[in-house]
Amino acid sequence: MTDVAADGREHVVVGIGDGAAGFGGHERGGGTPGGLATQDMVLNIGPQHPATHGVLRLKLTLDGERIVDCDPVVGYMHRGVEKLFEVRDYRQIIVLANRHDWLSAFSSELGVVLAVERMLGMEVPTRAVWLRTMLAELNRVLNHLMFLGSYPIELGAITPMFYAFRERETLQAVMEEISGGRMHYMFNRVGGLKEDIPAGWVDRADDAARAVRSRMPQIEDLIFGNEIFQARTRGVGVLSRELIDAYGVSGPIARASGVDFDLRRDDPYLAYQELVDDGVMQVITQEEGDCYARFGMLLDQVQVSLDIVEACVDRLRSLDRGPINVRLPKILKAPEGATYAWTENPLGINGYYLVSRGEKTPWRMKLRSASFNNIAVLPEVLTGCVVADMVAVLGSMFFVVGDIDK
Amino acid sequence: MNATHTVVLAADDLSVFGQDPWWLVVIKSVLIFAILVVFTLFNIWFERRVVARMQHRVGPNVHGPFGLLQSLADGVKLALKEDIVPKAADKVVFLLAPIMSTVPAFVAFAVIPFGPEVTVPFTDITTPLQLTDMPVGVLFILAVASIGIYGIVLGGWSSGSTYSLLGGLRSSAQMISYEVAMGLSLVAVFLYAGSMSTSEIVAAQERLWFGLILIPSFVIYVISMVGETNRAPFDLPEAEGELVGGFHTEYSSLKFALFFLAEYVNMVTVSALATTLFLGGWRAPWPLSLWDGANEGYWPVLWFFAKVLLFIFMFIWLRGTLPRLRYDQFMKFGWKRLIPVSLVWIVAVATIRAISLEGGIDRTYLLAAIGVVAVLFLVLFFVGGAEEEAAEAEPEDQRHGDFDAFAGGYPVPPMPGKAVQGRTSVSLYESSPTLSKEQS
Repeated sequence: MTDVAADGREHVVVGIGDGAAGFGGHERGGGTPGGLATQDMVLNIGPQHPATHGVLRLKLTLDGERIVDCDPVVGYMHRGVEKLFEVRDYRQIIVLANRHDWLSAFSSELGVVLAVERMLGMEVPTRAVWLRTMLAELNRVLNHLMFLGSYPIELGAITPMFYAFRERETLQAVMEEISGGRMHYMFNRVGGLKEDIPAGWVDRADDAARAVRSRMPQIEDLIFGNEIFQARTRGVGVLSRELIDAYGVSGPIARASGVDFDLRRDDPYLAYQELVDDGVMQVITQEEGDCYARFGMLLDQVQVSLDIVEACVDRLRSLDRGPINVRLPKILKAPEGATYAWTENPLGINGYYLVSRGEKTPWRMKLRSASFNNIAVLPEVLTGCVVADMVAVLGSMFFVVGDIDK
Repeated sequence: MNATHTVVLAADDLSVFGQDPWWLVVIKSVLIFAILVVFTLFNIWFERRVVARMQHRVGPNVHGPFGLLQSLADGVKLALKEDIVPKAADKVVFLLAPIMSTVPAFVAFAVIPFGPEVTVPFTDITTPLQLTDMPVGVLFILAVASIGIYGIVLGGWSSGSTYSLLGGLRSSAQMISYEVAMGLSLVAVFLYAGSMSTSEIVAAQERLWFGLILIPSFVIYVISMVGETNRAPFDLPEAEGELVGGFHTEYSSLKFALFFLAEYVNMVTVSALATTLFLGGWRAPWPLSLWDGANEGYWPVLWFFAKVLLFIFMFIWLRGTLPRLRYDQFMKFGWKRLIPVSLVWIVAVATIRAISLEGGIDRTYLLAAIGVVAVLFLVLFFVGGAEEEAAEAEPEDQRHGDFDAFAGGYPVPPMPGKAVQGRTSVSLYESSPTLSKEQS
């Protein structure tokens, strides 16, 4: 299979999916006049490739092992979720919303219900607010643990995954007990949460958070100080402030490059304002902006999230019994208008622009997902890297393919 | 190590070899083949169990006692899989590559000594527990091992796939660099043993293992043997996170099984060579060696395999612990560290050897010199990595300009060169009464 690129150069595409057509075709002159002719090789990383966690496809043009050009091809998982939002009522779109980023389902649900509640001018019970905060942070820990495990695997270290999954399992048990789900929790409702807290759950959640906190140093010791790990990640794939601003990169990746921006502090929702005032909620930034800093960000953020979980546990214990949600009318209609609700999802800024014409479904709901922007910056970072660095950089962008393709 | 013990050069007594009747040679060959295949099956199981234990898992424990038959079942399953040959593959080379990779792995074992001279049961023939030996036995192993890597290179090339090609390319570069380091690390052993024949080298370690007196050689050999076998952290040719399967991406069924077998047999081969050259071969380790019968009869086979298993465990441990090196870092490590250190060490050993053979210097000086070199080596080994970490610092001037995070209605992060006044969260929040929501 041959492609003619925009510049008229013919590329030979050789990859698993393309039937490995051979190496003939266009030849490019070498570095010196009269020298040996060399040929760029186009390598398809994906759509099925272990490094892409799904079906992201990167079309790499290689000169030997060095990447000359990178072209992310997205859309293999496109579900048309924004169109689907328009034909589902406000209860149903929560289900759709927690699908695109399957590692931060709770946080994605949250954005939808916050938008609808704001349109309705609805007051959410205090207990629900604190419980939502706590579950969102548990979800963040679960998400970060996933990447803390999968990133070393991409660099060839197979053991940290199992340590991370042990911690995930501890927290999953808690999440499963309260919501019944392990991945797509569907626990948010407009006006609060689905059900009240099971008896004794707060204590068990507290124990689980403490257990995870006590074992986090094991993951850190296992990989973070390793010389080979540092050699692979330090100074690799440095994201500059300019690139972050130009591409709208957000979340832990942006903060690892020194962008001091976190919606939990800068546009507080849920109970975060109080947590910021109490000094529990800290925004952590690092300056290096390389893969190592990005990995370190996750480790630090897990600690902060666990702090928040413990603060929420304290608060939930002290709060009087009361409702956990608001009784809703049978047919829920948001008044005419528009609002933009954005949340600090584990992977970055997740925003919903909700436009309502007063019907029971949104007229339009635009989804701004973190991974799409975070991945868009890849060609800028990857050009000039070697193939092995590509894996290190790609893994450190912490993306979920569903969140890119929506 | 006094002069009388190892003076002889080129006086190898290999007369015990080549005397076996033909049926004994056949039995020995078949035994070596059978032992290697069974040992491979055991090693796969062993690796999976040990790695599982390191990862809070159980590992295979269902088929057979302790799951020992798991790898046999996997092997049978692999043989029954569909054999796929890609359209773009060069069919002859594609078929030949796994064979070229596997055969040398077995052949190398012909000169590995499993034990001393023993009596064959039910007869009165005595024979060494070794198929054959030759005055250049170790060179033979090196030569044969190099041929094995052709299998990988050609397999990668003939598959007609980019991943395979890159895997094959990496493998050829890896072979060249680490073969050199490995060969150099053996020179010191030859100097001390005065022979290149494996049985003579084992005999020369009767009093002290070369692994103890030639520590730098031993360390270099162990590192390069991991590189030679494409095992973690040097498994670049098959790096599954980058090149999917590397050179064997396109292989399936028995052809893949052959590559798999070759990798594990190679592990055993290099471990056996390390045992022979540095850990006294089949000789019993210290507390056991006090027992007179430890180095006689068939017992040494047990010590030999125990030592080999120790190396296998090390391979597994490395795999369970370390991430993969990057291609250029790996090359740099080979050419800029291992090879220069080897060369310096060889000169040092040669000097020490020459002096001690002439009996001109005190033993204590000798040991002290060895110690100094060893320390130098270790310093070089651990400190050398610092230079690469000097990442270029980006100049960033932080001018405090007027920046209103809420100018556009929603807060945005400051542009480069600007900073939020005071940089405190509270002020940023309070400056936007329009957006602050009533919260609980």
